[in-house]
Amino acid sequence: MLKIDGVWKTFGGITALMDVSFQVKKGEIKALIGPNGAGKTTLFNVISGVYKPDRGAITFEEKTISNLNPVKIAHLGISRTFQNVELFGRMTVLENVMVGRHIKSKAGFFSSGLRLPGMINEDREIRRLSEEILEYVGLKDKKDYLAGDMPIGSQRILEIARALATEPKMLLLDEPASGLNDAETRDLSLFIKKLRDEKDITVLLVEHDMGLVMDISDNIVVLNFGEKIAEGTPNEIRNNKHVIDAYLGEEDLF
Amino acid sequence: MVKKHLLAYIVFILIIIFFPFFVKSSYTLSIAIFAGINALIAMGLSLLMGYAGQVSLGQAGFYGIGAYVSAILSLKFGIPPVLSALIAALVASVAAIILAIPALKLKGHYLAVATLGFGEIIYVILNELGPGGPSGFGDIPHISLLGYKFISATDHFYLIWIIVFLLIIFSFNIIDSRIGRAMRAIHDSETGSSSMGVDVPLLKTKVFVLSAVYASIAGSFYAHYVTFISPSTFSLFHSVLILTMVVIGGASSLWGAVVGAIIITALPEALRKFEELDVLIYGLILTLSLLFLRKGIVPTFIDKIKGKR
Repeated sequence: MLKIDGVWKTFGGITALMDVSFQVKKGEIKALIGPNGAGKTTLFNVISGVYKPDRGAITFEEKTISNLNPVKIAHLGISRTFQNVELFGRMTVLENVMVGRHIKSKAGFFSSGLRLPGMINEDREIRRLSEEILEYVGLKDKKDYLAGDMPIGSQRILEIARALATEPKMLLLDEPASGLNDAETRDLSLFIKKLRDEKDITVLLVEHDMGLVMDISDNIVVLNFGEKIAEGTPNEIRNNKHVIDAYLGEEDLF
Repeated sequence: MVKKHLLAYIVFILIIIFFPFFVKSSYTLSIAIFAGINALIAMGLSLLMGYAGQVSLGQAGFYGIGAYVSAILSLKFGIPPVLSALIAALVASVAAIILAIPALKLKGHYLAVATLGFGEIIYVILNELGPGGPSGFGDIPHISLLGYKFISATDHFYLIWIIVFLLIIFSFNIIDSRIGRAMRAIHDSETGSSSMGVDVPLLKTKVFVLSAVYASIAGSFYAHYVTFISPSTFSLFHSVLILTMVVIGGASSLWGAVVGAIIITALPEALRKFEELDVLIYGLILTLSLLFLRKGIVPTFIDKIKGKR
């Protein structure tokens, strides 16, 4: 579904990504792991169009996307969350999800300003669907809270809910468990599996919580200093010598 | 119409309808007309600043375009004032688009400086190329609509405030739509917005164009109401004045723009009786309201009613 083919990215003199290639199959939950500074978030930014790769190509459903901007990529059905949460803090929980419907709706300045019938129906539908999504993720009773006032755990779920509103084929989750406690992390791993199973969404995630990664991933890619050093099932990765070397000193890793 | 504003709309239109019955002095009425003109420009800036988070110091430039283009077209080419005002709004839109392409890539203070430069350019052009140069020109025809000619102050009062009324409904409708939500989303996180498929530069450009159209309509109205215009009306000072109205009234509410426009327009007149102390008191009031009503008059008032903070 998503194919990363020989991607390079440098910033000044620093090579953040060095000839990275791998594929994500439809319906798969794939994890991207590696020590800090390995290039995981950079790769996410390249996939979602924030950066352009210096070399190499990214294709999504047979379409080259490495030259597209984030808006076009969102339209193709890739949605993402952010390591430092990019919610709309002064808007309500419900409004945040409603913004997720932006690409699936079309009312412009005039039809909105004059509240033409088409716009009113569309807006009602946006609200109904958004409430439905909040119900699905368990945030419906918080719909009128300001997003910025929510605890971090709920913010991360809300960010996923907002991404779901775009009806994505693929979700990129950047450290979804960061800042969550153990119970919340367990809920999150169930939730991610549920998304794949019920909504048929392919998931690529960056995560430091190895418990979560080993629990939910079908497949894992390991980056170290911008290079892919291993790829395989959780079991293969657990026993991979390169991976153990890269994480040297972290004996309790798995 | 969005229901939550219904009460405010009703109160607002009642004030508009009955104001001329209680105010007989044509001088006071003319102040109210200028307040309406300023409210229109301030509403555009409020959409841009308070909702989409972009600062502009060039609104007087669009105000000037609206006044000059409409005045020249109607005076020299005999185009009816309503049509000439529409053409002027189109010219202002084109100017806004040309300015937006480079300027909206800039953020924060840089955008403010770019729009400030634009305002100055228009000011210089009006001085150098406008009829009458720095001293301006007169004999601009009054507005006539469906055979009715707007001449008296009361006519003009109703016309400008009904325009303000209709455009405030139009603006609130936009705010309560997917477009408005996307605008506020940009204000909070551009990264988050573009990942949701919101075309950030395009939306900013559209809001900027809308604010230019509001200012242009205000300018055209001004020209056909006063029937005499000169460049000094459209200087940087007016841009700053509009910005002050939005900030004092409260940038996070469109009503703030209207209230701010009324206060800033009427205050100097009300302070006249203090003679030479008027500027001092004016400055003091502005400073104190910024110190104690940080969010602006209208949002602070709304918070008080709702019992927040």
